[in-house]
Amino acid sequence: MRELHVDKIIDTVEKMVQDGNFDLGRDVENAFRKALSTEESEQGRDVLNQLLENVDIARRERVPICQDTGFAVFLVELGQDLHIVGGGLNDAINEGVRRGYKNGYLRKSIVGHPLERINTGDNTPAIIHIDIVEGDQLKMHFAAKGGGSENMSFLKMMKPSDGVEGVKDFILECVKTAGPNPCPPIVVGVGIGGTFEKAAYLAKKSLFREIGTRSEKEDIAQLEEELLEKVNKLGIGPQGFGGRTTALDVHIEIYPAHIASLPVAVNINCHAGRHKEAVL
Amino acid sequence: MATVKVTTPISPEEIAKLKAGDQVFITGVIYTARDAAHKRLVELVEQGKELPFDIKDQFIYFVGPTPAKPGKVIGSAGPTTSYRMDKYSPTLLDLGLRGMIGKGSRNQEVKNSMVKNKAIYMAAVGGAAALIARSIKEAEVIAYEDLGPEAIRRLQVEDFPVIVVNDTHGNDLYEQGAAKYEIVD
Ligand code: SF4
Repeated sequence: MRELHVDKIIDTVEKMVQDGNFDLGRDVENAFRKALSTEESEQGRDVLNQLLENVDIARRERVPICQDTGFAVFLVELGQDLHIVGGGLNDAINEGVRRGYKNGYLRKSIVGHPLERINTGDNTPAIIHIDIVEGDQLKMHFAAKGGGSENMSFLKMMKPSDGVEGVKDFILECVKTAGPNPCPPIVVGVGIGGTFEKAAYLAKKSLFREIGTRSEKEDIAQLEEELLEKVNKLGIGPQGFGGRTTALDVHIEIYPAHIASLPVAVNINCHAGRHKEAVL
Repeated sequence: MATVKVTTPISPEEIAKLKAGDQVFITGVIYTARDAAHKRLVELVEQGKELPFDIKDQFIYFVGPTPAKPGKVIGSAGPTTSYRMDKYSPTLLDLGLRGMIGKGSRNQEVKNSMVKNKAIYMAAVGGAAALIARSIKEAEVIAYEDLGPEAIRRLQVEDFPVIVVNDTHGNDLYEQGAAKYEIVD
């Protein structure tokens, strides 16, 4: 059985959280450039240009793109034939976060108790979702999830009779309610089906997809395109100042549902869609 | 929509000249405060105690910056979402606070208070935090150091870029902007 020492995981996570916060994915940057060519509002184009300049400064000077360096969220695929040695996987990820946020001068944004609200001082604990898969590798996807856009997220247990039209209306209503708050242009992550918590997880998972990628299911891919067009007709625009670019993309993940249920979760991500991937 | 340069502190008469949609460059001192600091400031007011800085005719910036790298004045420093301060802002506006900088919509109570007290709300570009930090020349923690990123800082800024969202006349750029570009099928 293949062995992997936790030290390797800690080092990798430390680097990932920093790179993720300093170096915005090319998918987002390309989406900014594409939006620049279609944005009709002058203020909107101004914002997009500032975002591009910001990305450039952050990358060159290795400083955070956004001051909200986020909750550290990990989607982990753990190969069932891999043996992790030297300690626990969760502890290793948290240690990597601790070191990365400290050594990278990233902001510590986590309070240890949601009601007492005392900062933990090291941005831990991370949010870790682990999937056991075939193989002997460890695959980690990291996202820095800002509070501003996370707060603009919604879940509704809809009725099967609400159908696809009801789902579309709900998603558009969510984006409208969020308005300028989640730093548009945004990426709209949607989870449909499963149970209460599964829908929320799917919405989050969809945000790990690169901008411009479509669902493999043809009907869902079409729904993504249709919703993207509809969202961009709302007029909210970059930073909510008005314009054509409200969303850079809409991502939808689905799962089988109970005969009585149609859960729909909407998890909004801001333009600072910071994510990194590593395979060990 | 005009481009205007202003210097803090700023009088009610001067602030009334700024209109929703104006691009404004701020030079002078601005104070930082976000959720936890606002809670403490308003508690002080309720207890009849003095605030840690003179708020009259000043601007508050809703921000929790990243730690400064060695040799730097401040880390990345973009705005945080403002509605979380809605509960506290009217109390501070009543004391003469002249402007607030953040991102995202304010509630009607805050908007009414701005009209009544002659104050404005400005948006900095959310997420452009490394770029914004360039216009911050000095930063000093003046209160609540224990709050870490949420401590109150006095910032010396030069041509700090913001857009007026709510002016003293009751206009709202977010509402006007979205209405202008909305396409109804
Ligand atoms: S919503 Fe995103 S871009 Fe805006 S402040 Fe939060 S993390 Fe930064």
